[in-house]
Amino acid sequence: MSLRSARRALLLCCFVTLAASGGCGTKPKAGAHPELTVFAAASLREVFTALARRFEALRPGTHVVLSFAGSQTLRSQIEHGAPADVFASADERHMTALAAEGHVTAPKFFAQNELVVAVSRAGASSVREFRQLPDATRIVLGAPEVPVGEYTRRALEQANADLGADFQARVEAHVVSREPDARQVLAKVALGEVDAGIVYRTDALAAKDKVVIVPMPAAYNVLAKYPVAVTTHAPRAELGRAFVELLFSPEGARVLAESGFLPVTGAKADAR
Amino acid sequence: MAPAPRFSRITLALGALGSALVVFLLLPIVGLVSGTSFADARAGLRHPLVAPALELSLVTTALSVTLVVVLGTPLAWLVARTPGRAARWLESSLKLPVVLPPAVAGLGLLLAFGRASALGGLLARFGLSVPFTTAAVVLAQVFVAAPFYVEAAIAAFRRLDTSLLVIARTLGASPVRVLFRVALPLAAPGLLSGAALCWARALGEFGATLMFAGSLAGRTQTLPLAIYAALESDLRAARSLSLVLVVVAFALLVAVQSAERASTRSGAEHD
Repeated sequence: MSLRSARRALLLCCFVTLAASGGCGTKPKAGAHPELTVFAAASLREVFTALARRFEALRPGTHVVLSFAGSQTLRSQIEHGAPADVFASADERHMTALAAEGHVTAPKFFAQNELVVAVSRAGASSVREFRQLPDATRIVLGAPEVPVGEYTRRALEQANADLGADFQARVEAHVVSREPDARQVLAKVALGEVDAGIVYRTDALAAKDKVVIVPMPAAYNVLAKYPVAVTTHAPRAELGRAFVELLFSPEGARVLAESGFLPVTGAKADAR
Repeated sequence: MAPAPRFSRITLALGALGSALVVFLLLPIVGLVSGTSFADARAGLRHPLVAPALELSLVTTALSVTLVVVLGTPLAWLVARTPGRAARWLESSLKLPVVLPPAVAGLGLLLAFGRASALGGLLARFGLSVPFTTAAVVLAQVFVAAPFYVEAAIAAFRRLDTSLLVIARTLGASPVRVLFRVALPLAAPGLLSGAALCWARALGEFGATLMFAGSLAGRTQTLPLAIYAALESDLRAARSLSLVLVVVAFALLVAVQSAERASTRSGAEHD
């Protein structure tokens, strides 16, 4: 085999690789339609979709690209150079880590979410209030590794003081699955395959035609705090800051409240 | 000697194309391995999620593959030996689980075996319930992985030299004896590689399992589900868990391949 044929083959190989990778670039096009990329926790899907439409209406020509996933997944993507302008997390830890690594600056809490019990239509007769949760035949909870599962564990522990020291154990005796996110918990309740699951209020509200919402008393409810920040290397930092401003505006607060989010009380707003 | 250089030039071009794919397929795995130190891997192995998940994965996939082979081999034999449109339609429809997104497959299983279904209601009368049990893990794996085996088995049976089967019959062997002593040994390499692919698919199964069986350590949380759970809290643990999965899968695939080679050799001796 000659050197020339080897070179030709190599060239062919390079060409194929180039052709295959062409068009995969993610750089925003400097055109008439500025594009804002927002990475948001899965539980923000409905409310951020509504807010993005509002943002586009306020700034004609602007296009908001939304990417929803678990906060950990989004954090990993940002750490590996994903072109996000804004990151909204359901978990303080991931935002704190990104801030420490210099990927985001000045995160602030913009909303809170509380836990509720989502009860299926079939389970609705046995679980009318929170103290009756152990009467459900089948319960699903979030996995202890994910935020919703961690908050649930803390809430059940705190409930022991009020509802009997074995309350948590009586609930856990009926747990058939520990799901990787709140939406999976909700899906199983909505399908009627399980009687009850503990999810965020906003998730339960999004499926309120399929599940019955049983509130969890404030005395042992655990609040999830949602921080938001503009990324350090944001391709559209200016637009990103404007989107964050919308979250903190009276209009943003109204949209968040309509979806079931709770406001953050003033003094605690800095996520550091 | 004139044609020799042309041949090697083509070989080189093919090699270049082939190696592009090899590099692409192995790069993510190299990424997983190279980023994990030996200490990380050992810490990963000791992670509390690992032992029950690994055991559950091995037990359930062994059961699934056994079920698929026991039920799938006769099916593949019949489909391969039946001429006509009906058999081909059946063959195509057996591939459907491959194109279904796994979460949809899981939803389908829930709708078929769940509380609201007729079958689920019938089972409930006997005090049985399938979803969220280890049995559901096996069913989910069988559903998504069976087509890989059945497809390979049909192809293996079709490749058989029919004259050999006819000769065996004329020499007085019963149909059952022909199947077990002639057809199966000859088709063995194809059946084995199909079973290996089926097993690999079952081992990596995630979406259908999560939907239909849920995720509970020691009961329904297989290795891929444990990795997903760890991914949310501890990326390093998730990486070492993935490494465990890759090593286990690779070891078993290599073992199957050597068994396949051995059976090809013994098949050749029979000729």
